[in-house]
Amino acid sequence: MTILFDGIAFGMLLFLISVGLSVTLGLMNFVNLAHGVFAMVGGYVCVVLLNDWGVPFLATIPFAIIVPGLVGVVLERLLYRRLYEASDLDQVLFSLGLVFMAVAATHYFFGARQQPLHLPAFLSGQIHLPGADIGVYRLFLVIAGIVVAVGLQWSVIRTSFGARLRAAVDNQRTARGLGIDVNRVFMLTFALGSALAGLGGALGVEMLGLDPEFPVKYLVYFLIVVTVGGGGNILGSLWAALLLGVADVAGKYYVPQIGAFIIYAIMVVILIVRPQGLFGRAHH
Amino acid sequence: MTSLASPVAADSATAIHDSLRRFRRSADWKPLEYLFWCLPVAAYFLFPGNYLLLSQIAVTSLFALSLDLIFGYAGIISLGHAAFFGVGAYTVGLLGMRGMGDPLTGLVLAALFAAILGFFSSFLLLRGSDLARLMVTLGVALMLYELANKFSGITGGVDGIPGIEIKPVLGLFEFDLYGRTGYIYAVVVLFVLFWIARRIVHSPFGQSLRGIQMNAQRMPALSVPVNRRLVAVYTLGAAYAGVAGAVLAQTNQFVSLSVLGFENSADLLLILILGGTGRLYGGLIGAIVFIVAKHFLSDLNPQYWQFWLGLALVLLVMYARGGILGTASKWLEKRRQRAQSRPVGGAA
Repeated sequence: MTILFDGIAFGMLLFLISVGLSVTLGLMNFVNLAHGVFAMVGGYVCVVLLNDWGVPFLATIPFAIIVPGLVGVVLERLLYRRLYEASDLDQVLFSLGLVFMAVAATHYFFGARQQPLHLPAFLSGQIHLPGADIGVYRLFLVIAGIVVAVGLQWSVIRTSFGARLRAAVDNQRTARGLGIDVNRVFMLTFALGSALAGLGGALGVEMLGLDPEFPVKYLVYFLIVVTVGGGGNILGSLWAALLLGVADVAGKYYVPQIGAFIIYAIMVVILIVRPQGLFGRAHH
Repeated sequence: MTSLASPVAADSATAIHDSLRRFRRSADWKPLEYLFWCLPVAAYFLFPGNYLLLSQIAVTSLFALSLDLIFGYAGIISLGHAAFFGVGAYTVGLLGMRGMGDPLTGLVLAALFAAILGFFSSFLLLRGSDLARLMVTLGVALMLYELANKFSGITGGVDGIPGIEIKPVLGLFEFDLYGRTGYIYAVVVLFVLFWIARRIVHSPFGQSLRGIQMNAQRMPALSVPVNRRLVAVYTLGAAYAGVAGAVLAQTNQFVSLSVLGFENSADLLLILILGGTGRLYGGLIGAIVFIVAKHFLSDLNPQYWQFWLGLALVLLVMYARGGILGTASKWLEKRRQRAQSRPVGGAA
């Protein structure tokens, strides 16, 4: 039971970070392997504010959202925008280049060590329930994940921005014809995705750790969530992230000798059976 | 032959003959190629202290060549080619541990095991988009990495397999400490396999691969079994990568877990793109540039090297999409066109 809950918390974290990638990859068709970089930026903002400036943990979170979001806007304007029409391969290479640069730059400024994070007292500790010990922080993660998932789904379906985004993705030319500023919609979406990654990165320091290799180490996890969940599908990403989180935690607990093998195997099998992902719609 | 039909038939016959001849001529060795293959010989005499680095270049060239076969010619994008490289390296390592260190046997077995893995995993790649292929190849490589990491009883886990005993090549040439034999051995293997690959890509089989890359829907109309061709070339590419891994293990007499790692695959893709895809020489030139640059830049600082690598990738995608060879040939083409248009313009 504890394992199940830990898995769910881990899955929520993966969801928070990956949902931005799901948007860029699924809706904007951009294979952005550098997505983890934004999460890393969020994580470092949080840690630096907390440890060097003494800002309380919860107060660092808004910064961990805003800074990666701004970085996202700048990069989108300067670089990403030019590659929307490029081939998958070009996008892969480009974003891989960004990852390498980010990893090296982080090494340079912060060193290779793991960044420590001290949680405030009210978020640490455990709640003892019959049959399960639940970490308070894990519970916090689950709640945060649910809030974000519901909020996103609602805004994509109900708000006019969501409608414009869906229109821009379904048919760019028609959307432009209807007077939608597609470039702006994409830029805001990209910023939103980066900001969410930053949030996930900051919240994930405690569970995933934080060092310069972060974007490479967890890249595969983010990609799995998106490809398995089906690109652009928020609820699909949520289910995929939860499945992955539980499978990973349970797999590492019950059969530690094969470790992460399980999730890779699950991913390959799912992609073979359903190349468009579990919840994706085929659109090519 | 009647009076009307014969000139037409003769015309079309010569036309076919002409285009075939042009096609056949493209398979001839060109002067630049002879020159290129003088490089490894020249390097042997010019840089006697750097045989280890030189054989690393040869191995990487072979590895890049193997990716070029499946990516440059058949258009299968792969982010997990290290899987086959690793299988080759571990085959040699495990054989060496059991006292079966004959190099050529090692090469053959490495190619065989890598080809078997390639054959079976190729079926996973027949469906799906580029992205799905990317993920599946990546997934297969990661699975192997995890297996090699966790079954440390067999593979040595993170420590790898140190001190593999490799017997002399053909029972005559012993691998020495300075890597002299290793270098010659690596270059000979590279050249032989390159020559075979060159024959293959200029054969009808190779041409059908190019056709598949250009338009997979139309190829069945030319009675080309697309899937079977893709399986065949993927298996071939896997075998090549296996040999590359085997040569690495033999010349270094060491297998580390990193041969299976993600960075190995990613670096390889970069090398190939840097050199230029679909030209055989692209991977070779990319490997030379990459390894030499890495050698000098990471001497300064390993982290800086990664930064410059990333920057190079970004610039490459933004400004030089064909890689070194692609950009060079575009430039040559432009010059030729300008040279051709000049006298015509003068006459008119």
